Amino acid sequence: MLNYVLSRLLTFVPTFIGVTLISFAFIRVLPGDPIIVMAGERGLTDERYAELSAQFGFDRPMYVQFWEYLTGVLQGDLGNSFVTKKPVWDEFFALFPATLELSICAMIFAVVLGLPAGVIAAVNRGKFFDRALMSTALIGYSMPIFWWALLLIIVFSGNLQWTPVSGRIDLIYYFPNATGFMLIDSIASGQSGAFTSAVRHLILPTIVLGTIPLAVIARQTRSAMLEVLGEDYIRTARAKGLSPGRINGVHALRNALIPVITVIGLSVGTLLAGAILTETIFSWPGIGKWMVDSIFRRDYPVVQGGLLLIAVMVMIVNLTVDMLYGVINPKIRKR
Amino acid sequence: MTVTLSADTAERPGRLREFWFYFRENRGAVIGLWIFAAFAFLALFGPWIAPHDPTAQFRDATLQPPFWQEGGSWTYPLGTDPLGRDMLSRLIVGARFSFFVGIVVVSIAASGGIIVGLIAGFAPKWLDTIIMRIMDVILAFPSLLLALVLVAILGPSLTNAMIAIAIVLQPHYVRLTRASVLAEKQKDYVTSARVAGAGFFRLMFVTVLPNCLAPIIVQAALSFSTAILDAAALGFLGMGAQPPTPEWGTMLAEAREFILRAWWVVTFPGLAILVTVLAINLMGDGLRDALDPKLKRS
Repeated sequence: MLNYVLSRLLTFVPTFIGVTLISFAFIRVLPGDPIIVMAGERGLTDERYAELSAQFGFDRPMYVQFWEYLTGVLQGDLGNSFVTKKPVWDEFFALFPATLELSICAMIFAVVLGLPAGVIAAVNRGKFFDRALMSTALIGYSMPIFWWALLLIIVFSGNLQWTPVSGRIDLIYYFPNATGFMLIDSIASGQSGAFTSAVRHLILPTIVLGTIPLAVIARQTRSAMLEVLGEDYIRTARAKGLSPGRINGVHALRNALIPVITVIGLSVGTLLAGAILTETIFSWPGIGKWMVDSIFRRDYPVVQGGLLLIAVMVMIVNLTVDMLYGVINPKIRKR
Repeated sequence: MTVTLSADTAERPGRLREFWFYFRENRGAVIGLWIFAAFAFLALFGPWIAPHDPTAQFRDATLQPPFWQEGGSWTYPLGTDPLGRDMLSRLIVGARFSFFVGIVVVSIAASGGIIVGLIAGFAPKWLDTIIMRIMDVILAFPSLLLALVLVAILGPSLTNAMIAIAIVLQPHYVRLTRASVLAEKQKDYVTSARVAGAGFFRLMFVTVLPNCLAPIIVQAALSFSTAILDAAALGFLGMGAQPPTPEWGTMLAEAREFILRAWWVVTFPGLAILVTVLAINLMGDGLRDALDPKLKRS
């Protein structure tokens, strides 16, 4: 087991360096000089240009620059935003809880609906329920989520006026940002109505972001269940006279869960990509919207740093899933 | 659907016939195929079918609803957008952009990915490791984010969006091809080809590759729909096709501020994307069933 963990960790290092290299290269392959971009329309004198160039280290050899960038990254130094002048690292972790909160809610939504849907479809294979659920799942899987978001806004915010269109909470509530998680902070503030408001703001973004993972989980659960239901031990369980609920819920589902957990782990990347669209549409102040805004503002240090942090986060999650998988399924370790 | 097999017709049916036999069993896939055919037809002949010029602005008919609503007319069957352009014509002509995106992205990503995957599968271990680590690096970035950043570097346009999406999708082909190559390489027919004196390239492209194609074809169908979705998403974020191009995602972006006043400018382009992507995914499922006998029974 230790060998397995170590070998997985070892593959992490070159990938990490590669990811750092890409985000490092990003600012240097851009058309145009980053310093001139930063100066904006006012322009620069030659002396000032040389001064700034020295300040950012652009006048030194590439490998020295990369080494400094890498050591900076390892110490949590990703440079400062051109626009706000604040450290990129701090900005990222100030906004990250918003994305995390939304992603967790979306994942809960996807799992809570997707697992039972997959099980029901598998148990009723070929019947009406199976067809209906799997057709719905395929539609969800094919959904352009930015359009789905607009449709939900038309119906639930426009026509029915049930949910707000944007933001995380109504502006009448104000309280200190203790944890960054609006659901927790709103309860902690003790203001009546704050929690309800936070929940109402979460509903539509959660549905939008959770739709594709939901479809993927439902499909995966169904096919994993079908595979397991054909196994001998299920027949044994049936022959023993166990109730269908116990067979499907305990014997089959537990074994079907392994591939499903992998899929859940691997959808983290999908979630973050979806967060870009979802947050932009619902003006959700998280990482996705921050990245898109920074791309449009040409705030290169932010784009560079954000890209790196997001990639590292996806890598850590994938690594964790891999290791968990090794724990659950001993066969994997022996590769 | 009755198949009669007598002793004298027991020879193996042609590959295409066998494929069609299994493909046809999946009703959804056949429906998907028909929708896809219609989509391809519109992509090819759109400009001649569309009732109006997709960029012509009829200033006295802005935001007209579809014909079945009050105020709508048959002149503009699906209504007009805020600039008075005919929605139906824009949707029809827009089909060609999505189709084009799908074809180009899949061709670039698949051809590049297959070649790199073949090399990785046949290469010595050190080269294989380097290639796969590079692919891991690309896969570490969420695809849409990487595409978005690449387009920001290259400059927003449909061509650059296609390049970016192709780069992002390529690692999947590399992994898939390499995995199949590694599995096939062990088999006797490859050894016998090698013993018979087949050269390196012959082994790669003539002996092994045709036997690795089934999963790659399925992947091609699935990434066709991913490409359309991603290109539309980039268009929606303002980083894909630029206005006034009637690309579906770009149309949605332009329509965003009118969502509460004119539902049709938002609904139809999205519906077009959904139906197209759904049809391709249905087809992909059918392809998988028909090409991969292992999965056929599930």
